Amino acid sequence: MRLTVDGLLVYFPYDYIYPEQYAYMLELKKTLDAKGHCLLEMPSGTGKTATLLSLIVAYMLENPHVVRKLIYCSRTVPEIEKVIAELQNLVAYYEKHSNEKPNITGVVLSSRKNMCIHPEVCREKDGKLVDAKCYGLTASCVRERQEYDETAPSCQYFEGFQNEGRESHLPIGVYSLDDLKEYGKQRNWCPYFTSRFAIVQAQVVVYSYHYLLDPKVADIVSKELAKESVVVCDEAHNIDNVCIDSMSVRINKRVIERGSTALVTLEKMVQEMKEDDQKKLQEEYAKMVQGLRDVYQARETDRMLANPVLPDDILREAVPGNIRHADHFLGFLNRFIAYLKTRLRVQHVIQESPAGFLKDIHAKVCIDRKPLRFCAERLQSLMRTLEITDLNDFGGLTVITHFATLVSTYTQGFTIIIEPFDDKTPTVSNPVLYFSCLDSSIAMRPIFRRFQSVVITSGTLSPMDMYPKILDFSPVVMSSFTMTLARPCLLPLIVTRGNDQVAISSKFESREDTAVIRNYGQLLVETAKIVPDGVVCFFTSYMYLESVVASWYDQGIIDTLLKYKLLFIETQDSAETSYALMNYVKACDCGRGAVLLAVARGKVSEGVDFDHHLGRAVLMFGIPYVYTQSRILKARLEYLRDQFQIKENDFLTFDALRHAAQCVGRAIRGKTDYGIMIFADKRFQRQDKRGKLPKWIQENLTDNYSNLSTEEAMQLSKNFLKQMAQPFNREDQLGLSLLTLEQLKNNEKEIIEKHLKNQAPIDI
Amino acid sequence: MSQKKKVEDVLLLVPQVKYKKSDGTLYIMKERIVFMLEIKEEIAVSHSFYDIKMQKISPEHKPKIQLQLVLHDGNNSTFHFVNKNGLQNQIQDREKVKELIQSILPNFKRKIDTELEQKNKVLTENPKLLQLYKDLVISKVLTSEEFWSIHGKDLDKLKNSSSKQEIGVSANFLTEIKPVNDGCNVFKYNLTTEVIESVFKAYPAVKKKHSECVPTKLSESEFWTKFFQSHYFHRDRIITGMKDIFAECGKIDDSTLRKEIRRNMNDPLLNISKFGDNTIEDGFCSSSTSDQKQDTNIVHQSIIKRFNQHSFMILKTCNEDKNHQEEVDKEKDKDKNSSEKESGKKHKIAEVDEIIVVDEKEQQVAKKRRIAEKITYDDLGDDTINLKATSNRAANINLDKLERYLYGPMPSSQDNVVHYNKGKEFSLDVVDHTIRNNFSAWSQRITHKQLINPNSAVNVLGELSPGGLLMSGYQDHNLSQFVPIDVEKEMGNLYLSASELLKEFWLCFPPINADLEAKVVKMHDTIQRFNMSKVKPFEDRIIRDLAPLGSQLMSHLNLLIDTALRKFSNWKEKKGNKLK
Repeated sequence: MRLTVDGLLVYFPYDYIYPEQYAYMLELKKTLDAKGHCLLEMPSGTGKTATLLSLIVAYMLENPHVVRKLIYCSRTVPEIEKVIAELQNLVAYYEKHSNEKPNITGVVLSSRKNMCIHPEVCREKDGKLVDAKCYGLTASCVRERQEYDETAPSCQYFEGFQNEGRESHLPIGVYSLDDLKEYGKQRNWCPYFTSRFAIVQAQVVVYSYHYLLDPKVADIVSKELAKESVVVCDEAHNIDNVCIDSMSVRINKRVIERGSTALVTLEKMVQEMKEDDQKKLQEEYAKMVQGLRDVYQARETDRMLANPVLPDDILREAVPGNIRHADHFLGFLNRFIAYLKTRLRVQHVIQESPAGFLKDIHAKVCIDRKPLRFCAERLQSLMRTLEITDLNDFGGLTVITHFATLVSTYTQGFTIIIEPFDDKTPTVSNPVLYFSCLDSSIAMRPIFRRFQSVVITSGTLSPMDMYPKILDFSPVVMSSFTMTLARPCLLPLIVTRGNDQVAISSKFESREDTAVIRNYGQLLVETAKIVPDGVVCFFTSYMYLESVVASWYDQGIIDTLLKYKLLFIETQDSAETSYALMNYVKACDCGRGAVLLAVARGKVSEGVDFDHHLGRAVLMFGIPYVYTQSRILKARLEYLRDQFQIKENDFLTFDALRHAAQCVGRAIRGKTDYGIMIFADKRFQRQDKRGKLPKWIQENLTDNYSNLSTEEAMQLSKNFLKQMAQPFNREDQLGLSLLTLEQLKNNEKEIIEKHLKNQAPIDI
Repeated sequence: MSQKKKVEDVLLLVPQVKYKKSDGTLYIMKERIVFMLEIKEEIAVSHSFYDIKMQKISPEHKPKIQLQLVLHDGNNSTFHFVNKNGLQNQIQDREKVKELIQSILPNFKRKIDTELEQKNKVLTENPKLLQLYKDLVISKVLTSEEFWSIHGKDLDKLKNSSSKQEIGVSANFLTEIKPVNDGCNVFKYNLTTEVIESVFKAYPAVKKKHSECVPTKLSESEFWTKFFQSHYFHRDRIITGMKDIFAECGKIDDSTLRKEIRRNMNDPLLNISKFGDNTIEDGFCSSSTSDQKQDTNIVHQSIIKRFNQHSFMILKTCNEDKNHQEEVDKEKDKDKNSSEKESGKKHKIAEVDEIIVVDEKEQQVAKKRRIAEKITYDDLGDDTINLKATSNRAANINLDKLERYLYGPMPSSQDNVVHYNKGKEFSLDVVDHTIRNNFSAWSQRITHKQLINPNSAVNVLGELSPGGLLMSGYQDHNLSQFVPIDVEKEMGNLYLSASELLKEFWLCFPPINADLEAKVVKMHDTIQRFNMSKVKPFEDRIIRDLAPLGSQLMSHLNLLIDTALRKFSNWKEKKGNKLK
């Protein structure tokens, strides 16, 4: 349908529209007009992606000078592919219904392992290996060698791209990963580099967060993207963790070992080079003396990882004298690694600030802050000089140099924690040095500064006032949309006790209690009895899952469960879990029905949808708090308290509930879908927990659904399932939760008013 | 029998045979066996081979040399061989007869058996029909032929259905073997053939082991004892050492699982290991999200693995249809190819690549379809597209007993059901379509306003079922609680037979031709007979035993029968009038 949103003509690729989609468009339009950032929560399964794309594309076509580019970031590869498929849908709709073909090019960018078409390289399963092999074929030194050595291996696709691809643009169109591969094969161009090259011109870019948030990668990939871009972060409920991850480093024994061996190799190579090609090293040195930071004209193939610090924080100075010489630099690194080794030899946990670390390192091995800051870049330069092509062996060393650069650059918002052993196994020595970012706004801030509009959106962002605080930005629009429903298709239930009236809870004191575990088991069995097809259960942690399953086996609960449905369990092995998932789907498809036990915060909870019959009921056993004894978490909580005045408990609850909501939200994927959501923990009924669930769940969670026993919950579920199994047609929805164009026009004011009322207050 | 004037070839003639103490001669002819009395020259016994079920001979050490023919109807005839030339000749005579009969009998047996077997099968598979058969045929209310002419369609159906649906494997078949502790440290496991079959189906490795070890190395019971001690049964046990014969099975299972895992990575939306799009070094992350393997309890892990494996295996047993077989074959080819490739045969590589390319194409298409499926919203989009998408996915249900699916477990043989059965494939669409067609006629009779909508109907049903709002003061006191179970059961059977007869009776109305008229009369007689022989005695008994309830219990059944009888007498009267 073609609709006008606040004066803007929007092509929406469906005949009908949900009222909340329209409201969402209005808010989005406001944000774009104001050139500000926004935070929008809309339930999963209400067509967020289609809404976002159709509005922003329409806006772009209407105001090509205001918004030039849409950068759509999502989390997982399947989600990226879904987005690009939606975009293809939209463009097809444009082509069909408007007179001219829209001038829109959409490209997806993913890592080489998903894009490579080189017959040998793409066989590798591990992404790191693909990257390393690709570098081994395409680095500029390798290609120079190829010029005089015909037999040297090369990548025909990269060469093809190098020769022809740079002069021409991608033809207008939307390219999914497979399309790009196909195109690459036809043209003999490398799809990865074609895409890397094309994102600069393309109007719509779809890729994963890392390409934007992680300074190591962003500086290479996303450096040239225009300022007049709209950045959409979809599934952004976890964005703070992505930010933190991208700035953190973890060094364990293995990294140190790999680093040391790499260092030995480097020394040997420098020695060899000194003997036969003194000139090159001299050249490098000379240039450094002249103050040229980047000795080599950086080609895109040569840079695998950029400086780990944010562009603004990079020192614009010449490389300090004591690491200019290759020998000196290697000696410097040697000392640094030796120092790290001594630090890892601790007997008790140490936590210190970066400043303390720098002071200590200066006192013990006389390493200054300044050369440390250049470590990462200096290593890159040296490796290029030495024409090293096999990057895989140098991973450990790269991590160490990045740590050096980070620790010497940032003194605020980071902490260093050295743990000599794992808390659960205090006898096994396994020292790890964590350099952990505490402040998610550090990585996010440049994005907010650089781009015109940043849209943070997800199905579960509640409580929303937390995000502006922890990401440190001021949104112009902050809104949470509910799901208008013609029938109550979700049934949230808070089960607080079993049939024997024992309170159920996963809290630490009662988690080992057999009565609690038994009651959880009975709840699951009862659910499996009455719910058709698929049932998904989430546990708070993998450890908890394991111990509960073991006790269920002893109590005979598993046996009764098997009477009703097949049982699949998430494991720590992702291949096995994938296989279990596939079988779970198969069992649901063939009508046999199955139960899946998974872990909140696990991969299943983050990336797999259980739509329709795959998830008729979701059970959340306990509140998925993070492991609160973790020192990194404690440090972060302290930091949040000091810097942003966020209470520890508030943050923990926020974090736990967004994950809980994420888990249960997996089951509802649309208005024709329906599902039962069971929150099985006494603590869920308290207002401070319940009130933090997303609005679309809260609205359906009335008091009579709270504080139930297993039996009561089953009674309600039975009635609910009976009702939901009735035929549900478009006619039932029309006018209520589904609008035609005319209805939309008639009800416009109502919708706007209703959503204005619902809007969360913005405190700036 | 002697009317048969046809001349028959006599295959064997044995004189000096006694039957019921009278001497005579035994003739074996092409189609029957005849005993003719010596004195009167008349046929005393004549059995068609069709009627003969089997023959028995007397044990060797017995003084009398006898041969017994057992008939299908349970009767038997015994012949005593009394050759005067001694025991040896008597035995010889008998051997001759025996061998001849033995060679002839199979020719006749097959024909008769297939039909009987089928009938037998139908009866055993339908307990209700069996009950009817017992009530009507064995108590001589109906003859066997009459019974089968009425219920013949069941026989036809059985003939039509090409193969029986296989019974799946229950997920908890292992727990059905409940160990019984007899109080002195001995566990007894109750192992049925079904369970064994389930074990074999679900765990091919065990089956293999079984065929290897039993009975050469172990006896059957030893094998199963070991099985119960193994990790299959006690899933919290870890496979240790090679002492356990099932340790090897565990390994085989593990390796097949690993192979399967590697093979089944096609669905892009479910392959977790490919979700991440981050390829940087391990060290670049904070601890909270790193997926380092936690050291966890190895016993728990193995339990979880077993459960997963168990479910995989069981699921595998249900989709071993043709498609799957093809797939497996294809995979095998691929495996073979890849193994060849690994062994360094370079010339194969081109071919292999080709296969991979084809596969990739297929995968791409499949992937595209999966993604398209995920991003379409049923309610937003076009109907036509959605229909296409859904019809592709919907699997056809192959129902053995359609009426059970449509009406729940109750005897129902309406015409439309039979009509469905004629079509070999049921798709939900077809059923839906016909139902809709039927329903469209309904609306003409009932105005829409009177029909309540499904939602409120369900609401009302919910409120009216136990636990609902309207049932708060309700206590479940109905007749069924006062009637003993055996009486209830008997009564159910009575109802079943009666309603079957009545149905046949009512089906004859209006009797427009002579056949039907004859049938009406016959059915009337049958009903009367049934009433006298079955209903009345039962009624008398329960009126006696269950004093206040008896008459109440029987009133309905009596009403049914009376109505039928009245109808018949009315009809007869009218007919008489007409004739006058």
